[in-house]
Amino acid sequence: MQSLSNRKKVLEQKPLNFWERIYLPAVFKGLTITLRHFFKRIPTIKYPEQKRPYSKNFRGQHSLKRDEQGRERCTACGLCALSCPAEAITMISAERKKGEEILYREEKYAAVYEINMLRCIFCGLCEEACPKEAIYLDGPHVQPEYLRKDFIYGKDKLVEPKFEIND
Amino acid sequence: MELAFIIEKFALVILIFVVTLVIAMYSTLAERKVAGFMQDRYGPDRAGPFGMLQPLCDGGKFFFKEEIIPAGAHKALFILGPTIAIITACISSAVIPWGRDLTIAGRVVPLQVADINVGILYVFGVVALGVYGIMLGGWASNNKFSLMGAVRAASQSISYEIAMGLSIIAMLMVTQTLSLREIVEQQAGFNWNIWVQPLGFLIFCTCAFAECNRVPFDLPECETELIGGYHTEYSSMKLGLYMFSEYINMFVSSAVMVTLYFGGYNFPFIDSLGLSPNLLAILGMVIFFLKIFAFIFFFMWIRWTLPRFRYDQLMNLGWKMLIPLSIANIVLTGVITIVKDTFF
Repeated sequence: MQSLSNRKKVLEQKPLNFWERIYLPAVFKGLTITLRHFFKRIPTIKYPEQKRPYSKNFRGQHSLKRDEQGRERCTACGLCALSCPAEAITMISAERKKGEEILYREEKYAAVYEINMLRCIFCGLCEEACPKEAIYLDGPHVQPEYLRKDFIYGKDKLVEPKFEIND
Repeated sequence: MELAFIIEKFALVILIFVVTLVIAMYSTLAERKVAGFMQDRYGPDRAGPFGMLQPLCDGGKFFFKEEIIPAGAHKALFILGPTIAIITACISSAVIPWGRDLTIAGRVVPLQVADINVGILYVFGVVALGVYGIMLGGWASNNKFSLMGAVRAASQSISYEIAMGLSIIAMLMVTQTLSLREIVEQQAGFNWNIWVQPLGFLIFCTCAFAECNRVPFDLPECETELIGGYHTEYSSMKLGLYMFSEYINMFVSSAVMVTLYFGGYNFPFIDSLGLSPNLLAILGMVIFFLKIFAFIFFFMWIRWTLPRFRYDQLMNLGWKMLIPLSIANIVLTGVITIVKDTFF
């Protein structure tokens, strides 16, 4: 039949000639190929000792940011939870009491803020949704755990540590 | 028999046994390393520096694995299989001359366990016995795949032993002796038999691959068709013994090939170095082992280069090519010897 694509190639199987039948030239050819590979540079990265650098826009574990005075930025508006396609984020809000102004920037804050790291797909939509610039996916990889419940990160793991204000 | 003789032989036997086992152990690592490098990756390198402790871990694991003897298996033969395999593998190195004579406190100590005058025939006999281990193990497992592997091993080793023996006959026509020590002594300096018997070496080497059940002739085990062949049902250290015997066979057949064709412990300019005889003996032994390691590397190199033969190709190669070739080699050797004797 005529080939439509014009790429048809008719292969015919010829009987082996003498040099092919005694195998040896082909064997030596193969041996040189494997020997060449034997001395080739090995592309393996030995993981625990060598690490690949992260890309600049790598999205890792979330961190809840503080403002320049060390107060939590999050106001528990719930936009991150709403935007989350994996429904990984949940929170309980609370009202800021008198005297807590040094802890929370807004009048409402997240008393409980949990992200389920097994559900999270690290898409970064929470980062985009946040009006207070309170959440960023700028951490490292999520660490392995033995139990599923340990993957639900609370505020203890998410809020960035307090820093000294040097004024 | 004096006491010193017995002590000397006993020490030599123990030494060779230990060296053989250590080499077999590290061949497993070397095999995986070679495989790795030929496939553009590092082999095992987690246990110790460069993975040097890997064979110890593997050995320990073999000992701690559960030992299973299948319900339908013939228990005695099932245990006898790996036993025969490992014993024949270990005793076949007895006639190999490892080096020149050492002189310790005025006593001449030959670095060879037994210099029997039928040396090469002894190696053949023991290697031929080795296939019983595989056959018994495969049959006693009461498993189709094991039986297939065993049958293949038997027919393969019979077919290739003929060509191997014929290639040796041509060699013996040149050397005029069966004793391995004399064969090595004849190859002093650079007078290696490979220059006299290149075709014979090629046949012998091919048959050695087949006798060791190495790729491309690993049809008795072939994982892809027979799920391990004769050792499908084996577990724990019994499987370990089979693998060990395979690597020991590889080591011994490398040693035999070096002895027969590559001058054994001889190397060029051995006598113009001006060293003491003892030092030369040890240097010769080191050279001998280097040659053996080169051959072991060659075994592995072939393994990671060639695919397995199909069974009919194996038989064609054995019966239709190697046997006629080795007969032609005998005739050629005879003709050349006569021509040389009458005209030169």
